[in-house]
Amino acid sequence: MRALRWLLAVLTLGRLARRRAQPESEKERIVPKGTPERGAENLVLLFFMLTMIFAAGFLFVYAYFNASSMPNELLGICIGGAMACLGGAFLVIGKRLVVTEELDEDYPGENPEEQEEVVQIIHESGSRITRKRLLIGAGTAAAGALGAASLAPAVSLGPIWDTGALDRSPWRRGRRVVDETEAPIRAADVLEFTFYTGFPEGAPKEDIASSLVIIRVNPAKLKLPPVRAAWAPHGILAFSKICTHAGCAIGLYRKPTFTPVEPNDALVCPCHYSTFDPYTGGTVIYGPAGRPLPQLPLEIDSDGNLRAAGNFSARVGPGWWNVRSKPTFGTD
Amino acid sequence: MIDPVRDPVRFIDERTSAAPLIKKAMRYLFPDHWSFLLGEVVLYSFIVLIATGIYLTLFFVPSTAHTIYHGPYKPLDGQTVSDAYKSAVNLSFSVKAGLLMRQTHHWAADVFIAAMAMHLMRVFFTGAFRKPRELIWLIGLLLLFTSLLEGYLGYSLVDDLLSGMGLAIGYGVGLSIPVIGGPMTLAIFGAPFPGKPEFWSRMFITHVLLIPLLLAVLIGLHLSLVAARHHTQFKESARHTERRVVGLPTFPAQTPRSIALLLFTAAVLFLLGGLIQINPIWQWGPFEPWLATNGAQPDWYLGWLIGALRLMPSFDVTVGHFTLVPNPFWGGVLFPLFVLAVLAAFPWVERRLTGDRRVHNLADRPRNAPNRTAFGVAFLSWVFLIFVFGAADRIFVLWGLSYDTQLFMFRIGIWVVPLVLFFVVRRVCRELRAADLLEEDQERAERAVAQREGAVRAGT
Ligand code: FES
Repeated sequence: MRALRWLLAVLTLGRLARRRAQPESEKERIVPKGTPERGAENLVLLFFMLTMIFAAGFLFVYAYFNASSMPNELLGICIGGAMACLGGAFLVIGKRLVVTEELDEDYPGENPEEQEEVVQIIHESGSRITRKRLLIGAGTAAAGALGAASLAPAVSLGPIWDTGALDRSPWRRGRRVVDETEAPIRAADVLEFTFYTGFPEGAPKEDIASSLVIIRVNPAKLKLPPVRAAWAPHGILAFSKICTHAGCAIGLYRKPTFTPVEPNDALVCPCHYSTFDPYTGGTVIYGPAGRPLPQLPLEIDSDGNLRAAGNFSARVGPGWWNVRSKPTFGTD
Repeated sequence: MIDPVRDPVRFIDERTSAAPLIKKAMRYLFPDHWSFLLGEVVLYSFIVLIATGIYLTLFFVPSTAHTIYHGPYKPLDGQTVSDAYKSAVNLSFSVKAGLLMRQTHHWAADVFIAAMAMHLMRVFFTGAFRKPRELIWLIGLLLLFTSLLEGYLGYSLVDDLLSGMGLAIGYGVGLSIPVIGGPMTLAIFGAPFPGKPEFWSRMFITHVLLIPLLLAVLIGLHLSLVAARHHTQFKESARHTERRVVGLPTFPAQTPRSIALLLFTAAVLFLLGGLIQINPIWQWGPFEPWLATNGAQPDWYLGWLIGALRLMPSFDVTVGHFTLVPNPFWGGVLFPLFVLAVLAAFPWVERRLTGDRRVHNLADRPRNAPNRTAFGVAFLSWVFLIFVFGAADRIFVLWGLSYDTQLFMFRIGIWVVPLVLFFVVRRVCRELRAADLLEEDQERAERAVAQREGAVRAGT
C-alpha cells in the first residue's frame, strides 16, 4: 500500500515537473521539432514487450532445467532474442522517433600559436641550468640503472642463462621402454606397419625428450648411417616423437599411398606435414622441418623387452640457436 | 519539486562544472555511413568478450595439475585430465548457462577479430589513415596484433588436445627467434615444453588481465583520438568538405542507433553461442605432449600463420654448428612482423610516393586512388592465399586436391596472383574513374544546356 502511494506521488511529481517545464521549452529550440509518430511508438512498445517475453523465457529455461539437460539452443534463442528485440526498439527510436538532425561544423584544426607557446615554455624553463648535457646524460643513466634494477626480477621467470634445460634427456643406456601404462614394450609385440608410443620407465611422460615413436620395418630395407648399424635390432626403430620443426607430436604413420613417388612408409607430423624417413634414420623428405628426427638406439634385453642402448642421435625438439651442437644430455 | 532531468544535470554541473563538456559531447557529430559501423562492432564484441570472460573466470581453474574427471560427459568419465581441462568441460556440462557463455565468448573472439580486419580494410581502402589520423591507424594495428595473441592465449588455456598442439607450435616458434629464442622461450615457459606449472598462471593472468587491460587502454586511446580529430566522411554532397564535417549529433540521433547496434551485435553473438557449436573441447580430449591429431585447425585468425609455416621449404640457416635461423621463424615470426611493418609504414610511404602531405578529412572512394587500391588488393591477396593454404589439408579432404599439388600451386600462386591482381585492379580503378568523370562532364553539360534553354525561353 505504502509503496503504491509512493509510486503515485512520484508519478504526479514527474507530471507536474513536465507541465512546469513546458513554457520554458517554448523559448528557443536547440533540437528542432519533429512530427509525432504514433505508429513508431507502437512498434517500440511491441519490441519492448517481445523483449520481456524473451527475457522471461530465458529465466524460465534457466530455472526449469538442470545443468546436464539444459537446452543450450533455447537459452541462446531467448537471450539473443531479448537483445535483438531491445535492439529493434532502439533502432526504431533512433530512426523514426527521435529528431534526426544533420548538422555541420568545422573539423578541428592545428594550433600553431599554442604549439609555439609550449615550445617556449619548455625552453625557458631550463634557463637556470648551465650544464644541460651533463645533467641530461647523468639523468638518463640514473633512469636506466633504476629501470634495469626494477626489471631484473623478471629473470626469475625461467632458466634464462641456463639453456642446458633444453638439452636434457631422461634416456640412458639400459633404460627400459614402457608404454602409456608403464608396461614394458616387448620386441616381439612390435608389428610392422604399426605405430607405438614409448616412454622411459619411471620418468615423467610429458617431458619433451621422453616420448618415442616405435615402428618395425623390414631390416633388409634399412639404409641407416654406418654408425647406427646396430641401433635397430630386428628392424625395430625408435625416434623422438617431438617434431623438429615446431614441436608437435609425430602423430601419423603414413603407408605409401602412391609408390612411384613415395616408395616407403614414413613418419608424418600433422601440424605442417613434415615427413621423416625412418629407413635413413629420420631424415626430412617433405615439409618444412630443417633437421632430421633424433633417433634413439635400441637393444633387446634377455626378457625380450626393448631398452635404450644409449641416448638420442641429436638434441630433441624444435630448433634454436644451439640445437645443433653436440648434445650432453645432462640429468636433472 | 523534483525535476528528473534538470536536477541531476544541475547536481553534476555544480560539483564538476562539466556542463559545457556534456553539451559538447551531446552535440559531437558522427558522419553516417554503413561502413563506419564496423569499428563499432569491434567495440561491442569487446564488451561481450569482457562480460562473458568474467563469467568464465568464476569457474575456470588455471592449473595443469592432474585430476580424474567424473561427470555427466560419459566418454571422459574416469580419465586423468588437467584441472584446466576438467573445469572447462564442467563449464560446458555442469554449470547452468556455462556452455552458452563459453561458446559466446569463443564466437565473440572470432567476430571481434573479423570485424577488426574488415574495419582495417575499410580504413585502408578509403585512405582514412592519412594525415591527421596516422596515430589512430598505428594504434589500430597494435590492437589487431595484440588481439591475435589474446585469442591464441584464450584457446590455449583450455588444455584440450587442440590447444596443446597450438602451444607446442607457439613454443617452437618462440625458440626459433634467432639467438635469443632459446633463453626467451625458456623464461616464458619456465622449462622446456610443456613448461612449469607456473606457466599456466602466467598465461592466465596475461589472458584475463594484462592483455585485456592493454586492449582497453588502446581502444580508449583510439577512440579519443578519433574524437579529437573527428571521423572522416565521404563526399556525399557539396556540404561535405575537407573543412566541414556533416553528421548526426551524439544525442539524440546517434545514441539510440549505437545502442541498437550494441544490442544487435550481442544478440548475434549469443545466438551463435547458443545455436552453433564451436570448439567442442570434450571431443578433442585432453592434451599430452606426445599426442597430435590430423586435421586440427586453429581459430581462423591464426590460419595465415599456419599457412606460412606450412609453405616454407625445408631449411634452417646455420653457421657452423649454430642454428642462426630455425625454420619456423620465417612463417611464425618474420611473416606477421613483415605484414605489420608494411601496414604501419604505409601512411608515410604513400606520402613519400605521392608527395601529398595535406590534411585529409574526406575519405577516398577506392577507385579514386588506383595505386593504393591496387597495392592493397595485391597485398591482401598475398596474405589471403597464404591463409587459404593453412587449410590445405581441409581442401584435400573436401575436394581431393592432393596436398603436394596444392603446395606446388600455392608456392607459385602467392607471388603470381598478387602481381596480376595489382595491374588488373589498377586498370579497373582507372576505368571506373574515367567513367565517373565522363558522367560528371555530361551532367554538367546537360545542366548548362537546360539553363541556357531556360534563359532563352525567359528571354522570348
Ligand atoms: S611442428 Fe611438425 S611440421 Fe611443424
